[in-house]
Amino acid sequence: MNWTLIMPELALSLAGLLALLGGVIPKRDTSYGVNMAVFGALLLAGVLVLAQPEGTAYSGQYVSDAFTKFTKVLVVAGAALGVLLALDWNVKEGLAKFEYPVLLLFSTVGMMIMLSANDLIALYIGLELLSLSLYVVAAFNRDSGRSSEAGLKYFVLGALSSGLLLYGSSLVYGFAGSTNFDRIADAVGTTDGTPFGLVVGLVFVLAALAFKISAVPFHMWTPDVYEGAPTPVTAFFAAAPKVAAIGLLTRVAAGPFGDLAAQWQQVIILCSLGSMILGALAAIGQRNIKRLMAYSSIGHVGYALMGLAVGSELGVRALLLYMAIYVFTTVGTFAVLVAMRRDGRALEGVDDLAGLGRTDPAMALAMTVFMFSMAGIPPLAGFFGKYFVIGAAIQGGYVTLAVVGVLASAVSAYYYLRVIKVMYFDAGLGALDARPASISVILAGTGLFTVFFFAFPAPFLAAAQAAVAALIG
Amino acid sequence: MTTTTGMAGDTTKLMTIGLAHYLTVSAILFVLGVFGIFLNRKNIIVILMSIELILLSVNLNFVAFSASLQDLTGQIFAMFVLTVAAAEAAIGLAILVIYFRNRGSIAVDDVSTLKG
Repeated sequence: MNWTLIMPELALSLAGLLALLGGVIPKRDTSYGVNMAVFGALLLAGVLVLAQPEGTAYSGQYVSDAFTKFTKVLVVAGAALGVLLALDWNVKEGLAKFEYPVLLLFSTVGMMIMLSANDLIALYIGLELLSLSLYVVAAFNRDSGRSSEAGLKYFVLGALSSGLLLYGSSLVYGFAGSTNFDRIADAVGTTDGTPFGLVVGLVFVLAALAFKISAVPFHMWTPDVYEGAPTPVTAFFAAAPKVAAIGLLTRVAAGPFGDLAAQWQQVIILCSLGSMILGALAAIGQRNIKRLMAYSSIGHVGYALMGLAVGSELGVRALLLYMAIYVFTTVGTFAVLVAMRRDGRALEGVDDLAGLGRTDPAMALAMTVFMFSMAGIPPLAGFFGKYFVIGAAIQGGYVTLAVVGVLASAVSAYYYLRVIKVMYFDAGLGALDARPASISVILAGTGLFTVFFFAFPAPFLAAAQAAVAALIG
Repeated sequence: MTTTTGMAGDTTKLMTIGLAHYLTVSAILFVLGVFGIFLNRKNIIVILMSIELILLSVNLNFVAFSASLQDLTGQIFAMFVLTVAAAEAAIGLAILVIYFRNRGSIAVDDVSTLKG
């Protein structure tokens, strides 16, 4: 048994336990130290993931290949940025508790386990470790009615989706005779017809995962939770867990159920179309920028799913690239939202950005870059994400998907551009508070990535290509 | 007589509870749980109970499949589900407590500040 294979998860879990001790044992407040320790542990985990050998361990329950590496690096990067984003905010809101980074760390362990899962049990445990941590951080501002309501809603709908996942898993187990992905693939690939129960189980599992990535028609929790949760928590929700869940969905669909593609493709196409359309239309009337970003993220999930719906190698590669670009653009955008604070009070309205172009030109420029990127305007990174996805759809012959994608992109440009218009052309209510250094660093890093992605896409393309080859080839 | 043994065989068959029965019961419990979440307009505690009902129906499924397949994995999975369900219930109740502190109510209709 090759237990050293799970070194990244082991190291991260151990670091989490030590961070808990470091938070509990000293008599004084150690939240800053714990934050830094967790940030360091996440970076270490990222290095360990890159150095991880390929193979399977624990009687085929755990797998490590180029696909898990690609998605795990994204997840760890998203989580590390999430820890940084919350540093200053939590202090100002009186939420600087050491539990926060520890919960983010354990949710990251959950994401890494579910990305490496090669068995329904490992998948379930990873997903629950992620979800349970996220329920708590959604309600982290426990003196706020909105935050606790967000936590409650997320918990109820998340628990329901876990129930769907389990019911589907039980049917898959019963009709395939095993929980191992390779055995399930064998059972699905038999020539004498797939059992009907297996297809029903697959649909339940897909529905549960669609809940987690907030694809239409399972998106209804997203706007409420994104609005109610503290802003750094929303930033975390929008970045790392979304990549992890989409990665998991891709692995489940293309791995064990690869031979049932005809069945799941229709479901994914419908989810993709619905998400793109809803993401474009529902965000138009939003005044709360966190709610706007929630609908925007639903739209982005629709585009990413387009890559999976195509079902080709090209499509999955486009999906991975889309998610990579999405993570950094989203973290950048949320860095601006976290910095929105006037006279010590956090702001959430789109109109509160008015006048930012004069009072803080650097941040306004960064926000402009992110909004243009999300709208898909060349030569920013977001354009390439959409270009690859829609290109894959056209090559695969899914013209409807591509046309709807382009139209939805044009509609959604309206509300992205409105943010820019508010920043530069509306009369401001005065300057925002000075942004903390951690936010400036994140803005600069993600902004440079978004602007200069076109200059060096080759390493990303190559990594995504290797990941797809590991998954499908 | 052969017919009698056949009849006796049939009666024993009617008496045995097979996989299909277990699956039916668990499907009914699962649907009850889902409806308990969506049609319940009263109390969030009832929602928590419905979630437990869903998880237990799944366990029934796992154990029934495990027995019929002569394979232990299903029972192991059921153990994992039980453990995680306990943790999930603990977290759900904790969130419910802080929600009650903030709002002074756990009526489902009151969970509607966030919308739009």
